[in-house]
Amino acid sequence: MTASLDPSLAARPWFAFTPRTVFTIALLAILALFPLYSHVTGNTFILTLFTRVLILAIGAVSLNLIMGYGGMVSFGHAAYLGIGGYAVGILAKEGIGSGFVQWPLAVAASALYALVVGALSLRTRGVYFIMITLAFAQMIYYVAIGLDRYGGDDGLTIYKRSDFGGLIDLNNRTVFYYLCFAVLLASIYLISRLVNSRFGLAIRGTRSNERRMRAIGFPTFRYKLAAFVIAGALCGLAGALLANHTSFISPAIMHWTRSGDLIVMVALGGLGSLFGPVIGAVTFLLLQEGLSRVTEYSDLILGPILLLVAIYVHGGIGGLLEGRRRG
Amino acid sequence: MLYFIEQCLNGVQLGMLLFLLAAGLTLVFGIMDLVNLAHGSLYMLGAYFAATFATLTGSFVLALILAILASLIAGMVLEVIAIRPLYRRDHLDHVLGTFGLILFFNELVRLIWGPEGRTLSPPSQMLTAVQILPGVYYPIYRLVIILATLAVAGLLYALVMRTRLGMLIRAGASNREMVGALGINIKLLYTLVFGLGAALAGFAGVMQAPILTVQIGMGENILILAFVVIIIGGIGSIRGAFVAAIIVGLIDTVGRAFLPDMLRLVLSTNAAQTLGPSLSSMSIYMLMAAILVFRPEGLFPAASR
Amino acid sequence: MAASAACSKADVVASALLQTELLTRRFGGVVAADGITLDITPNEVHAVIGPNGAGKTTLIGLLSGEIAPQGGNIRFDGSDITRFPVHRRSRLGLARSFQITSLFRDFTALDNVALAVQAHCGHSFRFWRDARREDELRQPALAALERVGLKERAGVRVDKLSHGEHRQLEIAMALATGPRLLLLDEPMAGMGPEESARMVHMLRDLKGSVTILLIEHDMEAVFALADRLTVLVYGRIIASGHPEAIRADAAVRQAYLGEKESSDHGGRHG
Repeated sequence: MTASLDPSLAARPWFAFTPRTVFTIALLAILALFPLYSHVTGNTFILTLFTRVLILAIGAVSLNLIMGYGGMVSFGHAAYLGIGGYAVGILAKEGIGSGFVQWPLAVAASALYALVVGALSLRTRGVYFIMITLAFAQMIYYVAIGLDRYGGDDGLTIYKRSDFGGLIDLNNRTVFYYLCFAVLLASIYLISRLVNSRFGLAIRGTRSNERRMRAIGFPTFRYKLAAFVIAGALCGLAGALLANHTSFISPAIMHWTRSGDLIVMVALGGLGSLFGPVIGAVTFLLLQEGLSRVTEYSDLILGPILLLVAIYVHGGIGGLLEGRRRG
Repeated sequence: MLYFIEQCLNGVQLGMLLFLLAAGLTLVFGIMDLVNLAHGSLYMLGAYFAATFATLTGSFVLALILAILASLIAGMVLEVIAIRPLYRRDHLDHVLGTFGLILFFNELVRLIWGPEGRTLSPPSQMLTAVQILPGVYYPIYRLVIILATLAVAGLLYALVMRTRLGMLIRAGASNREMVGALGINIKLLYTLVFGLGAALAGFAGVMQAPILTVQIGMGENILILAFVVIIIGGIGSIRGAFVAAIIVGLIDTVGRAFLPDMLRLVLSTNAAQTLGPSLSSMSIYMLMAAILVFRPEGLFPAASR
Repeated sequence: MAASAACSKADVVASALLQTELLTRRFGGVVAADGITLDITPNEVHAVIGPNGAGKTTLIGLLSGEIAPQGGNIRFDGSDITRFPVHRRSRLGLARSFQITSLFRDFTALDNVALAVQAHCGHSFRFWRDARREDELRQPALAALERVGLKERAGVRVDKLSHGEHRQLEIAMALATGPRLLLLDEPMAGMGPEESARMVHMLRDLKGSVTILLIEHDMEAVFALADRLTVLVYGRIIASGHPEAIRADAAVRQAYLGEKESSDHGGRHG
């Protein structure tokens, strides 16, 4: 199931029972069954927690497109969670409660911001790209803080979840959970088609050797920008989901440390793999949750763990499951 | 008008601080090719060290010296333990690892010093204002910041351009393997450079403490501004960082002070009030965006890597 | 060249395929290209030789578009391409191979060449179909690999191929873009005698169907292949013409071939 970069000439086996595949299937099965568990035990907290996991996993999946496959380390991706969320929040406050209006606008606004940021940032590369995306995310963070009408620093409460008429009732926790799960699976499927298409190969080739791509005739800038916009748009959708989930949106979701969280999730799960972001999101959030129960100073442990992962683990946790891929 | 001059000086002073941070970042990135997000943490530690030393010794100057030394040592220890293993990894791993360090240091500071933050008073002689121009009074301490930073910038220049260590630094920036092959102890060089960067950051942290803040997370906010400075100033260029830092400092400070009023001239009061704060904080980023459009390599790019 | 029906280019014959006029480029105090005026006729193999540091790499950089000239211009098939970016020149039919191999290391040989085909097969804003199953891309890629003798190794990841196979792959990728002019930057670099001979053989096969600008140090290969020779020293052309004439030119022998005697690359004078 991993988007292998090494196909043989014959048709790639669609499916293979590697430890990684088994783990992924098991994980998906567990995620699918959570509402059942919650219903049986009456533990709604765990359902809420994992809804959040699913939503952030969508964000991580979108970041993985540009980071894992495209080689663009964007340190401003949480901005799209915020833009999507604020689109829902602002529209709700102005009296527009229909999800059919809110969600497309959330996606469109995110895509637009990604277009502008990408057009400017992709003129640079490497660490400068990282810094610039960080700066642009911080900029929109400050803009949100300045929006007094919409709560400013304190944030904006969203009194009603997005209304989809009779189609689906987002107020039902279980329904909402499965919606997020469905969106996650759909995203992964779309990404899987994308990364093996001509566009995907163009992006991956650019990550591998951009100079070579240009030499053979690819105008790499436009493909990178397109990928950047797609990733932003998808993350905007996650933002809309998040706003609905918490019934609240504030600038804090766009703080650059949240972007860092997303990067951690993608890196933990293994770059450039389809389900890696999900593994990473689950791992990271469980780690945060777990550590916060053990100690009040969880970052004292989490921080060094990240450092150790950066130093020692090749390919993230996904890499661990596959054994060392390349050194 | 007087207010304008005062704001300009404040802008220059902010610029000086940004320069110290940007210079440290540029050094480390130029020599070791390492993205150090935790640079802001070293800045924060400098401020906290100074606050504690000031309480212990009762002297600002002594606290400053001790804090710089402590930052230097902390930087070198950090380099050996945590940074060294990262060199052979790629930029993403640097980001990941140093991000982890940020989390760690913020929590560590909370553990040791508590969540409230600290205060640090400047020397009592510097609390007053002095007349620098007819009718213009400016706090002595802020002047001292500007002058002290200029002095440090001068020392840095002398170090990099005139000393043997500086020569090694410049050589290492352009050709790492060669310097190693010449038998120079690269490991030691890197540790020293990192320590130097840490000392610069710590120094900045101490100097700004009396007028700005000593609190958890202070490093990250200013770090991003330092990044903007580097982008505007130019890749790998300390001279560019200096010019850009002053520009950024001025625009941010003067912008925040005057933009809302200027907006009120063209927009309705309501709109100005809504947009004003947002736009002022955005002004730096808009400058950065403009640079990226017209001159993506920055104002004074050093030779390309 | 190796192109399928869907992506083929019409062949155009022109008087001079590539022309440069007073091409100049400085790096700091060093003049790497000093008023280079040169023309390449269609279907010829034109070799550029010169001692190390002569500016050959700069010349390739200027022609391919990676380096911007500070003076002079370049015309390709009549159009002024001086300001064209790299990818646009490639789309016009100017392909290059790299002296230090520059490949997609985590892809297979076939993937590498297929990407080159893809670049010249319309745009890549196609998001759904599996590109690895597109015959339109794979067939010409396989043909190009066969051309350079790498067909058997098509499914092997690049980081598992030998150095010589890398050089062959470089050529295959250049060929797969359906070029009219091949800029080959030391294709024989680092190859042993047997591999070099194979490469010469292959390049000789290409003669006549594609124009080649060849930068090489291997004198045997140069004299075996070249229709014309240009000698570059310190960024300027000191001689240009038929190989035999160049061989006999005193200035050239002193500046270049004379120096070559002391190197162990099998250069002969005489």
